[in-house]
Amino acid sequence: MNASLLAGLVGAALVGLGLYGLIAHPHPLRKLLAFNLVGSGVFLVFGVVARRGAAAGYAFDPVPQAMVITGIVVAFAASALAVALILRLAVASGGVSLDPQGPAGRDAGEME
Amino acid sequence: MSVLPLLDVGLALLVVAVATWTMAARDLFASVLGYVAYGLLLALVWVRLHAPDIGLTEAAVGGGVTGVLLVTAGKRLDALKAATSGAAPRLRVKILAGALSALVAGALAFVVASLPTPAPSLAPQAAAAAAGPGAGLGNPITAVLISYRAFDTMLEKIVLALAVLGIWSVGADAAWGGAPAPLRKARPDGAMVLLAQILAPIGALIGVHIFWVGADAPGGAFQGGALLAAMWMVAMMARLVEAPRIGSRALRLALISGPAVFLAVGLAGIAMAGSFFAFPPAFAKALILFIETFMVLSVAVALPMMVAGPPEGGQEP
Repeated sequence: MNASLLAGLVGAALVGLGLYGLIAHPHPLRKLLAFNLVGSGVFLVFGVVARRGAAAGYAFDPVPQAMVITGIVVAFAASALAVALILRLAVASGGVSLDPQGPAGRDAGEME
Repeated sequence: MSVLPLLDVGLALLVVAVATWTMAARDLFASVLGYVAYGLLLALVWVRLHAPDIGLTEAAVGGGVTGVLLVTAGKRLDALKAATSGAAPRLRVKILAGALSALVAGALAFVVASLPTPAPSLAPQAAAAAAGPGAGLGNPITAVLISYRAFDTMLEKIVLALAVLGIWSVGADAAWGGAPAPLRKARPDGAMVLLAQILAPIGALIGVHIFWVGADAPGGAFQGGALLAAMWMVAMMARLVEAPRIGSRALRLALISGPAVFLAVGLAGIAMAGSFFAFPPAFAKALILFIETFMVLSVAVALPMMVAGPPEGGQEP
């Protein structure tokens, strides 16, 4: 088993772990963390594509690598926006429940 | 070379174990700490994939800045005493979620194992962009970011500015124009102040260096900017400096200077080199470094403002 296949399998495992956390954790900050795990797993799989595309004297294909860097930046921006929305939800409804029937029902449902 | 495969397997197991801990930890703070460690380990995996540029980005953003963002968010949630967070799903749902996740991970693993050989590659085009007339960039990834896929990179910087604008907009109306809450409410202790006083100047120097060598070696505008952003945040945590008011003209100009300069040079390319985002061969490298300088500035300002959050005060009922 070579390094890039191994990294690809790690990426697949990370996507699975993150997907489970995204569904199973009720707290939105934990969901956000889980979603970032899914994201980094996808980036890793794309990184394997970059490694396999070695050509023209490079040990990797620079185009997917550059796209992963752009992806990491955009993922961070989206996470920061999500954090701001979660904190606003907490201020507005007194809780961070995403459950429309939950204790802070009505407000949470509207902000979702 | 005989030890390397074993190290790879150990690293892979460690990454998956830390990721599992991040998901399984009971406490939010513990899971955030797990995530920071996970980001640093993942950076090592990137190095093994011959992607040191991504490793730098992952370590700075995935490990560092995202960690600060989530720790700050957790502290602010605690301060709000907003404890209600909905009930955990029932066991049946958890089992279904586990099955679905295993299925997705299995399918992805199958795809990874059956990728086509020979693999498709855009490396020749990237090599052409790197060696392009007058560019002479030794780092093909910088060449792809600034030249081959210039439009993507410019839009990414616009996304950063839009995200900051979105975060500011979440604040209360009455607070508009004010400063975000400090990253730390309490008076910092002496160790934190000393750390910030020693680390911030050195870190800023390394940040500028990483940007500057990015033309020819691993590094670049984003990685350097992220390091400068981290140093600004360290100084803010030690309360050596306070977050600026969001109404400040200098702050706003710094935020948009990256995409604005990039767009202006791109448009000038129509007149000077015949197409949008084309650089005239005679001074392509100088132009690229000029654009990147302003991108560093925008990144270094945008990331801390995203972590700092919306302006404080004026909470409506």
